[in-house]
Amino acid sequence: MNALPQGGSPIDAAFVRRWLDAATTAVDREAAALTQLDSPIGDADHGTNMRRGFVAARTAVEQEPPDTPGGVLVAVGRQLISTVGGASGPLYGTLLRRAGKALGDEPTVTAAQLADALRAGVEGVGQLGGAAAGDKTMLDALLPAVDALARALDAGSDTADALAAAAAAADEGAKATTPMRARKGRASYLGERSIGHQDPGATSSALLMTAFADTAREVGA
Amino acid sequence: MKMLINVPETVVPDALRGFAAAHPDLTVDVEHRLIVRKGAPYEGKVGLVSGGGSGHEPLHGGFVGLGMLDAACPGEVFTSPVPDQMARAAAAVDSGAGVLFIVKNYTGDVLNFDMAAELAEDEGVQIAKVLVNDDVAVTDSLYTAGRRGTGATLYVEKIAGAAAEEGAPLDRVAALARQVNESSRSFGVALTACSTPAKGGPTFDLPEGELELGVGIHGEPGRERRAMMTSGEIADFSVDAILEDLRPDAPVLALVNGMGATPLLELYGFAAEVHRVLAERKVSVARTLVGNYVTSLDMAGCSVTLCQVDEELLRLYDAPVATPGLRWGA
Repeated sequence: MNALPQGGSPIDAAFVRRWLDAATTAVDREAAALTQLDSPIGDADHGTNMRRGFVAARTAVEQEPPDTPGGVLVAVGRQLISTVGGASGPLYGTLLRRAGKALGDEPTVTAAQLADALRAGVEGVGQLGGAAAGDKTMLDALLPAVDALARALDAGSDTADALAAAAAAADEGAKATTPMRARKGRASYLGERSIGHQDPGATSSALLMTAFADTAREVGA
Repeated sequence: MKMLINVPETVVPDALRGFAAAHPDLTVDVEHRLIVRKGAPYEGKVGLVSGGGSGHEPLHGGFVGLGMLDAACPGEVFTSPVPDQMARAAAAVDSGAGVLFIVKNYTGDVLNFDMAAELAEDEGVQIAKVLVNDDVAVTDSLYTAGRRGTGATLYVEKIAGAAAEEGAPLDRVAALARQVNESSRSFGVALTACSTPAKGGPTFDLPEGELELGVGIHGEPGRERRAMMTSGEIADFSVDAILEDLRPDAPVLALVNGMGATPLLELYGFAAEVHRVLAERKVSVARTLVGNYVTSLDMAGCSVTLCQVDEELLRLYDAPVATPGLRWGA
């Protein structure tokens, strides 16, 4: 069955483009904060790199807007891979490209389909980066987010509430990285000294999930 | 922090335009961020491509030319380049003999080069990869991203580049590159943090009177902080850290590398101390290179790289090279 999401608008290409807009605005607004988080345990450029990627992605999607939600996610993923660099480019690019591919060519999708697609994307991140939960990476925000999203939808929440639950879980997950010791990426070289700092990648992941929740609330999905 | 820049966003293209002006014997594509040896691809020659974040100059762009790299892909400051750059570089230097990607072991570089290899192979370019991971300061490989690639990159690029220049096939060039990496170890020390243009100030706080042992080349703090040591004490500590992991039974190449802001006067004094320690440990030195080769922006400090060589590696190291950053015999 391919029903419209409960309680309102379908998730279509326009929805995902609104998400891209919200995500780009959030990344731009938080760029300095992300870079600050990246200073003690990274190399002080996460905000700058993410902003460059999302601005390029928004421009590309505005110039040639794909007409399916999957198409928009794939286009954003491709742009991130081509413009971000570092580990974040391939990892975020893979997250969104995999999710977009999982949505296929459908012009509208349900919240449950979006949840499954995001899970496929998160699994792609795990495979590419080789990280697991607790390694102090973006997965520590993304894994709880996709779990919370699926749980809320199973429990009968509408799209907006379910995405809000996912955003809250991502945010909690990001905050929970502070006491963790990094085992992947550049922060891992610090060993014990990576403890006590919130992971910048988990933080930007939470921003992207919050952008989904904000978009759903605004369009009344 | 005062910097000789216009705006942080354009430091890499600005530098590439200056690089092009200074080195007309290289092709610099500012838009696509590539530095390519003029005349490439060379008939029958394996192409060597490397790249990484900017801020380590002369690595890698300064090592493009006769006897070393065919192309380099500079990323943003301390950020690996994107796959499109390396795929474009591979296409530009492939003569049909294949291309070797020389990749420093950082998560970002590894992921982007892997994606680039897929793109290039889709276009029919045969790709081999060598991972450089010489930094002994990272001891806990199981729980980290693994040893970082630092000073040994210069030796890998020099020796593999000489073999490719002589017409060695791809599998031989790749095998030599791996042998050089496996025979090399490095250890780095910071006297100050470095300042990235994006941040505009130091990436970490290192008070006067202290130094950081076991640093990488991205302004990331090392594993241990101590009260400031003398040049001789730093040489003892650095060489012993390397010799804990590499017990040379043949002569070594020694790279005494500056991180960017340490004067050559201090670096040569440090080189003397490194030679003293090596003599005390009964390690013979075949060649010594002193200078700023694998840098970390404006960081003050140094690193030591030792590479154990046999006659063949030493012959290839001595072979002619003509690049902006390394030049002899040509």
